[in-house]
Amino acid sequence: MSTSFSPVVAGSALPSDAPAPATPKAIAQRGGEPNPTAAALQQRFPSAIHRVDVVWNETTVVVAGAQLFDIVRWLHDDPSQRYDYLSDVTAVEFRDTEQPIEVVWHLRSLPYRRFLRLKVKIERGAPLDVPSVWSIYRGADWLERECFDMFGIRFTGHPDLRRLLMWEQYKEGFPLRKDFPLRGRFSRSEQLRQALAANPEARYSKEELTIAQAFEDLPDDMRRRLGTGERTGE
Amino acid sequence: MATVKRTVEVELSTTGLDAAGRPQRVPLVVDDGGSPLALEAPPSAEPDLAGEHMLINIGPQHPATHGVLRLVLELDGETVVRCIPHIGYLHCGFEKIGEYRQYNQVIPWTDREDYLNSPGNNVAFALGAERLFGIEITERCKVLRVMAMELSRIMSHLVWLGTTCIDIGAFTPFLWSFDQREKIYKLLEDWIGARLTTSLTRVGGMGADIPDKWIEDLTAFVQSFPKTINEIDRVVTRNGIWVGRTIGLGVMTAEEAVNHGLSGPMVRASGVAYDVRKDFPYLDYETYDFDVPVGTNGDVYDRYLVRMEELRQSTRILEQAIRRLPDGPVNIADHRVILPPKSKATSDMESMIHHFKQVMEGPRPPIGEAYVAVESPKGEKGYYMVSDGTSKPVRWRIRPPSFVNLSAISKMVEGHLLSDVIAINASIDIVMGEIDR
Amino acid sequence: MGLSRRPEPAAVVGGGEPWITTRLDFVVNWARANSLWPMPFGTACCAIEFMATAASRYDLARFGMERQSFSPRQADVLICAGRVPFKLAPVLRRIWQQMPQPKWCISMGACASSGGMFDNYAVVQGIDTIIPVDVYVPGCPPRPEGLLYGILLLQKKVMNERSRDKSLRNEMEPDPSSQLYIPPPVIDEISEPFGNSVHQTRSGL
Repeated sequence: MSTSFSPVVAGSALPSDAPAPATPKAIAQRGGEPNPTAAALQQRFPSAIHRVDVVWNETTVVVAGAQLFDIVRWLHDDPSQRYDYLSDVTAVEFRDTEQPIEVVWHLRSLPYRRFLRLKVKIERGAPLDVPSVWSIYRGADWLERECFDMFGIRFTGHPDLRRLLMWEQYKEGFPLRKDFPLRGRFSRSEQLRQALAANPEARYSKEELTIAQAFEDLPDDMRRRLGTGERTGE
Repeated sequence: MATVKRTVEVELSTTGLDAAGRPQRVPLVVDDGGSPLALEAPPSAEPDLAGEHMLINIGPQHPATHGVLRLVLELDGETVVRCIPHIGYLHCGFEKIGEYRQYNQVIPWTDREDYLNSPGNNVAFALGAERLFGIEITERCKVLRVMAMELSRIMSHLVWLGTTCIDIGAFTPFLWSFDQREKIYKLLEDWIGARLTTSLTRVGGMGADIPDKWIEDLTAFVQSFPKTINEIDRVVTRNGIWVGRTIGLGVMTAEEAVNHGLSGPMVRASGVAYDVRKDFPYLDYETYDFDVPVGTNGDVYDRYLVRMEELRQSTRILEQAIRRLPDGPVNIADHRVILPPKSKATSDMESMIHHFKQVMEGPRPPIGEAYVAVESPKGEKGYYMVSDGTSKPVRWRIRPPSFVNLSAISKMVEGHLLSDVIAINASIDIVMGEIDR
Repeated sequence: MGLSRRPEPAAVVGGGEPWITTRLDFVVNWARANSLWPMPFGTACCAIEFMATAASRYDLARFGMERQSFSPRQADVLICAGRVPFKLAPVLRRIWQQMPQPKWCISMGACASSGGMFDNYAVVQGIDTIIPVDVYVPGCPPRPEGLLYGILLLQKKVMNERSRDKSLRNEMEPDPSSQLYIPPPVIDEISEPFGNSVHQTRSGL
């Protein structure tokens, strides 16, 4: 054990007289103190910030999808922001079909002990494409894959956007969309038939051969990607 | 039989790197039965004198993968060159079904996703729902929830300890840790009626108050538990085999750990002092006196030490919680959110109406969203709930710590031996129910 | 394995069968019942209760299940403990096919028996749609005593087997091209006018 070990402590960028973190009490639904990052973002990217909301003391910043990558890159690199931790990437689809689909990023700054929510709203009918933050946070790898699997949202720039939780050739659709029924689109017997035909491991138990055996069944874009030699997943 | 040849670009060996620094591709020609016909050498690479790499499939059914996880490993002899994890074998549509259940009906679902930490998940969900509803719980409820969370942390770490010891080869600590779990099961069963999947909390309070004598039983447990930790410590921590099998394995540096989004003992063993209880506290954790162990090397041995120390610290928190448990009501007084006591519901008209509305429709929060994260034994567990004013959430998102922790396994096992893969996998402390949801 | 008919009283009393066969049956069944090597196909919470049953307080070893075989080739009884999603269904089927006869199956928990609380797109509504089940143990998760009762029931079932009953060890290989013996349109036609549950006609959710 090294004697000169200094752990990375959360809150290290805060001044030493900053108040110690405490359990939040009596949180109001609206009108809480916004995260200082919101003001910094509005100053730095004035055209990209659509809206800032503070609900239950959590700051939500709605941004334009095209500039999301630059915003997240700045939030990660800037020494006054240092959002070094990506907590979650997910999406929300409302029951009301007028409302857009929201893609949500939860970011934490460990040095400053802050929490920020970024949202990109995708209008219904628009292509479900958002930039990927994989090159900034490795943790986004599986989070974005799962978001694609459940909602069909494509993260451009992700090295290997494949289904994660359902099997590769799953035909019923994207489960967490609101037009996907709870029990799936096919009958139970058909679901069972398709599941049993999915062949989880081929004779040689080789992942690539499994893909090779089911090559014809793969979606077109995946076949194209495999054909051009893209990596088949980390 | 006519054979159809297909050429699939696959990666079978990493003998050469192309200009982009990626391993060279070796075209594999397969017939339609799946067997390889020809293996062409990569265009310009040194001959691989050691031989071809082997592809091994571990799982999804395997005793040592801690659930239905499938790891596809590319081996060079005994050394792992590449690891591709496959998950989804326990995907049960939790988030989808959460959209079709009232908030209190979601609580049994939170039991089942991280089933080793059921009381902890119940508390986490209730905290999230109460944030969404905008209600403050009573003091007694807060202390009871702290007790539930710490008991659940002890339960989860005991399973981790038992199964990791089995994976590495020591069978006896499994029996010791499960015997301690039986004691906690008895406590939970006395409290709420269930051993494992507890459904302990409700939105606005708890499912039941603790019975008489429960505090005495808990005190007895808290006094006897450190003896077991010490016993396991004596047998395992300085054991040559254990140390030899765990030191230096699966190292993640602090920057890598934070960038991968690791949390809990995984990130603390890598030297990052991030604990949600200390940094973004809830349930008055800042008023409890406890330490957070932080490791130095980020290897499997450090994760083991961090979790062992967390067991002791949880016992410390339990002792303090026992001493400070206040009297008073467990549930809040607002019966629009939480069920009134049964005696009132059958005699008082207003209570009966509240009861009826809540059972038939369920309490309705205002429109909004809330994300509440707690420190589960696996890491930062968050529940993100979005409400549109109805009694069923529009979106119930579980931020699973083991999911993000497991995604780092490809990085952690590269260069290690096959048997180390099992040890590293065990050290991540995964629960497939939470990963796949 | 499979659903065996109850043995006729004559066989038990010894009316139609030689005495030596009944004694042989008894010895073979006794050996099998008391040394069932389980293959724990544990997926979720029931697996934890299975581990608790195997631990020191509710010891499984005293029922002969000392050696848990995680390789299906060496196992007698498949204990499916936990929910089985559709992605895992072919794996379960493959494991069952890899087990040699004689084999039995215990479906432990509500999710394995019927899909449990997971009535949605992802979970198999009962593993008996994939493999033949001998004993269903209800519970979510079942208490260790519940699982032990299920094992005792299986032992009783094994004791009641008769070697002359060839159908017990009969394993029907399903037609690999289709798992559905009657296609849905024919089911619809047959079940007119009452309807059927091949389509999901439950309203509301």
